[in-house]
Amino acid sequence: MFSLGFTRPQLIALAVMVAVIAIAPMAVYPVFMMKIMCFALFACAFNLLIGYVGLLSFGHAAYFGMGCYLSAYAAKHWGFPAEICVLLGGIVAAAMGAVFGAIAIKRQGIYFSMITLALAQFTYFLCTQMAFTGGEDGIQNVPRPFLLGFLSLSNDMAIYWMVAVVFLVGFLAIFRIIHSPFGQVLKAIRENEPRAISLGYRVDDYKLLAFVLSTFIAGAAGGMKSLVFGIASLSDVTWQASGQIVLTNLLGGMGTVFGPVVGAVIINTLEFYLSPFGSWVTITQGLIFVACVMVFRRGVIGELGARFKVAL
Amino acid sequence: MLFGYNLSPILAQSVLGMVNGAFYALLSLGLAIIFGLLNIINFAHGALYMLGAVVSYLLLHFLGIGYWPALVLAPLIVGAFGVLLERTMINRLYKLDHLYGLLLTFGVALILEGIVRNSIGSSGVTYSVPEALRGATRLGFMIMPTYRLWVVVASFVICITTWLILEKTPIGATLRAATENAALVQSFGVNVPRLITLTYGAGVGLAGLAGVMAAPVYSVNPNMGSDVIIVVFAVVVIGGMGSILGSILTGFGLGLLEGLTKSIYPEASGVVVFVLMIVVLLTRPAGLFGKAA
Repeated sequence: MFSLGFTRPQLIALAVMVAVIAIAPMAVYPVFMMKIMCFALFACAFNLLIGYVGLLSFGHAAYFGMGCYLSAYAAKHWGFPAEICVLLGGIVAAAMGAVFGAIAIKRQGIYFSMITLALAQFTYFLCTQMAFTGGEDGIQNVPRPFLLGFLSLSNDMAIYWMVAVVFLVGFLAIFRIIHSPFGQVLKAIRENEPRAISLGYRVDDYKLLAFVLSTFIAGAAGGMKSLVFGIASLSDVTWQASGQIVLTNLLGGMGTVFGPVVGAVIINTLEFYLSPFGSWVTITQGLIFVACVMVFRRGVIGELGARFKVAL
Repeated sequence: MLFGYNLSPILAQSVLGMVNGAFYALLSLGLAIIFGLLNIINFAHGALYMLGAVVSYLLLHFLGIGYWPALVLAPLIVGAFGVLLERTMINRLYKLDHLYGLLLTFGVALILEGIVRNSIGSSGVTYSVPEALRGATRLGFMIMPTYRLWVVVASFVICITTWLILEKTPIGATLRAATENAALVQSFGVNVPRLITLTYGAGVGLAGLAGVMAAPVYSVNPNMGSDVIIVVFAVVVIGGMGSILGSILTGFGLGLLEGLTKSIYPEASGVVVFVLMIVVLLTRPAGLFGKAA
């Protein structure tokens, strides 16, 4: 009961992760840690689809980016409290996910990926033209809202704890989803969709619900990111951002619980050190993609798990 | 005049839209051929199209080789690169889930884009229109830049030739048979792995050819591939990959529609392809020319 379905190695890994989140701000720049947590939550949301339903959504940045925009807009123009901003980002992303998901699951496999990518590009075009996104400028100088309406978040450490709590809640929620009866059906669909249909499961409904849950969490992650940085911009809606979250999962380990988190740490650290070298970031990401697909398909956590015969 | 619109500018815009359509058709044709035999969505297709343009630029500036030889050389170079790619990497993925092919080629696309951005910069370089195709041609209802007219006609001829090769020649018959059942064709003594390699090379070569033709129309820049590939994906979803002729028709048709939208409601010209994709998915999920799954 107490373990929530975590195995012993997973509990240890969870404890390590919580400890790192608690101690890291003493050694690492908190804003950098927050960025990692936002992208890690986004990656976990993506992993819910690729790892447990076998759906490769190649346009997930659309939902993350829309979460960014909505939360930034709500904070700047409506003066909403922080938790409502983040929630709003998630809800709008989920509404969008419900519509786009319903369209995309009409086709399977690679077609699904191409459709989600095209729909994300459609969103990108809309974002360049709609008034509320600010077009090329984005939404800048977003003030940090108050948490619950009275707790100031202007101090980096104050918002750090909020981000940490939201990240952990999101992480645990995904863990519960994966290990619930609903999650078992998702895995059945991943393994053998025709058989799941023949067993009487309405596969499309399950896929759509998983898609909506994933986009909700992605939107909330985006909502936090724009509050931390005070900006929402087009770069969060691009296909490059979608590609990066695919890479994060591939590198960390698709279909593992901790893989996306580890992937987010590695990718963001790499980006941090490589950013002075311009397009070398792109080249390095490409090389990691190729290396992962050719020799390293289980990702870091997947390989570790296989080596020590545990599921992480 | 019709419904208060003067028709001739609309017609003119539509014909100009066909220029984009010509590239959509060439690229989706290559994608469809590759997908048919390799079962892989070649995400690098856009990057290889960009590579075709860059190679023709490099040929001109470092070796003084002009447009017409480049029209042959650049696709061969890009095709050779494709053969190398297939032999060294893609052929190890056939037994795996299709998504790994997509991920690998996506990585290749990122590498190519990054390298080109490093060497020629993000803003790109220009490639001048060849001497013989400068100026404009009078078409009766409009005056069209001769080069663009050439792009539409050449692309149409190439697409139809490719279709004829696939439908009417023994090589095409073997290829179509291998698409249906590779193991059976192999048992007849056909070297299927080599067929697959050459098919990938040819499909990628078509992308390179499109790149050379695109170089004088758009500036040669590292983003040109990724900008177009996502639209081409939408074209492929709309047309369905079941039919070669279908992908050609959809490519040109969408260019036409884009041009038409540009003249009536310019703001929507960037999204009309995606809107059409949504409509098609809701009404005919298998695509206009696709076989039902």
